[in-house]
Amino acid sequence: MRRAFCAAYFCPKVGKGGEIVSQPLIQIEHLSKDFPSASGRITALDDVSLSIEQGEIFGIIGMSGAGKSTLVRCINILEQPTSGSVLLDGRDLTKLPKWELYRVRRSIGMIFQQFNLLMQRTALQNVCFPMELAGVEKGLAAKHAQELLELVGISDKAGAYPAQLSGGQRQRVAIARALATDAKVLLCDEATSALDPATTRDVLALLKDLNERLGITIVVITHEMRVIEQICHRVAILDNSRVVETGRVRDVFANPKSAAARRLIYPDDAEQANEVKGRAYRVVFDGSSSFEPVIANMVLEVSQPVNILFADTKDIQGQAYGQMVIQLPESTEAAGRMLSYLRSRGLTVEEAG
Amino acid sequence: MLSNVVWNMIGKGVLETLYMTLVSTFFAYAIGLPLGIALVVTDQEGIRPQTVINRTLGILVNLLRSVPFLILLIAVQPLTRKIVGTTLGSTATIVPLVIAAAPFIARLVESSVKEVDHGVIEAAQAMGATPAQIVWKVLLPEAKPSLVVGSAIAVTSILSYSAMAGIVGGGGLGDIAIRYGYYRYETEIMLITVALLVLLVQLMQETGMWIARTLDKRTSKKTSNAR
Repeated sequence: MRRAFCAAYFCPKVGKGGEIVSQPLIQIEHLSKDFPSASGRITALDDVSLSIEQGEIFGIIGMSGAGKSTLVRCINILEQPTSGSVLLDGRDLTKLPKWELYRVRRSIGMIFQQFNLLMQRTALQNVCFPMELAGVEKGLAAKHAQELLELVGISDKAGAYPAQLSGGQRQRVAIARALATDAKVLLCDEATSALDPATTRDVLALLKDLNERLGITIVVITHEMRVIEQICHRVAILDNSRVVETGRVRDVFANPKSAAARRLIYPDDAEQANEVKGRAYRVVFDGSSSFEPVIANMVLEVSQPVNILFADTKDIQGQAYGQMVIQLPESTEAAGRMLSYLRSRGLTVEEAG
Repeated sequence: MLSNVVWNMIGKGVLETLYMTLVSTFFAYAIGLPLGIALVVTDQEGIRPQTVINRTLGILVNLLRSVPFLILLIAVQPLTRKIVGTTLGSTATIVPLVIAAAPFIARLVESSVKEVDHGVIEAAQAMGATPAQIVWKVLLPEAKPSLVVGSAIAVTSILSYSAMAGIVGGGGLGDIAIRYGYYRYETEIMLITVALLVLLVQLMQETGMWIARTLDKRTSKKTSNAR
């Protein structure tokens, strides 16, 4: 049974961009969480519903205080939700007895911003730790741990203590440790927030690689959009204890519907550009056009200048995402030609403001 | 200067002091260590919050710690007689020493274990660790260097308390210092015993600190630890 399950892991039915057809692995339904405080109860999560598919990398982004950390802790019931349910493979974790919960948690790996390694144990012993808890025989555990360290690329550091390792190396040990008991899901709580940009990229690349190679489902909690754009297939935006928007990363990027999403995706000046009345148009790059100098080509074709009020585009996997706000020339004829040029390139153009 | 008889007596005093200190430390830890762990585990922020138990244990510990040792020494004599059969000598001193030291050790253990990073405990919980596994495999091993420092403090405190037991005929170096040095004005003997006590404290403290330093893997000693 277990074997068969593992075999299914290695040929995941993950389409590019995360279109998966099976039933959701994690289903969060009407989840709420209050905390008692001196001034009454504080709501950390308010009626949150999400479904996370087998094999995808799902991002949950929000400003600090939005409830991200509480949400991820409700997935493995480190926090008991006030109401609502969390289904893993169809089983409601909020209703499990304690001893069952201890067992289920072994199939949910978790990594943290501060790594949380055992400081008095070597890297190898840290990776052995969850197997020790699960009662795996010592020799077997050590062998598996060594393989996992190899998988995350630091097999030469097996005998080093965390204090001797860099931040990136520590997070790799933590990832190996989270995988040690054949986790189906990997929860990442701000896992790269304590790392420098280059190390962040490396660790994210490792997570993406593990997702592709092992088919492991990854839930990424972050406040940084670049983390989402680098590895996530789908994203949920959490604002003020509520999920305000969910969708594929490219769709949310191209067409953020909520104010919270716009705030996260575009810096303040995007909103300011919107305030410029008249002739200002928003050009949305949603990945359907390749990364070509479309505005420059348009200017050459119409031979009229445009004023770029705001631009924030990104090259994600060879395709253009983001938006630009341009002010078209006064001549309605030229403006019309520009609009039709842009639309002919498959871009969405709408009046801004 | 001093006769062989006196030196023999002092030698026996050293052994008695060591005997009282080490045996008392052992029994005091047998009570104080679980008590200290219980204080952390049942704390409101602990892994198994139990407010009533936590408060009760806390009050009990404070109560015992606030009784002056000299009073305790005499007050527990009936109990000592029941357990040991006598109230005189070094074995009899072990009883009040254990009673005085156990709550002190409980507080030392409590503060050491509380130093363990909450994130590490949370990580263990996320891996499905039971509360018992967290105590045995996370709290105690991670707090080990700090616990060893605490034990150096405990053992030296017990040693100095054991000297106080000389007042009621408790045996050991303190007994000699009081009987010869204080009651009979033999300053020389008193100075020697006091010097020996200082030496013993020094030795135990330094050994404890050395062991703690060697055990601790939190400082990056690349040369000694890297494989």
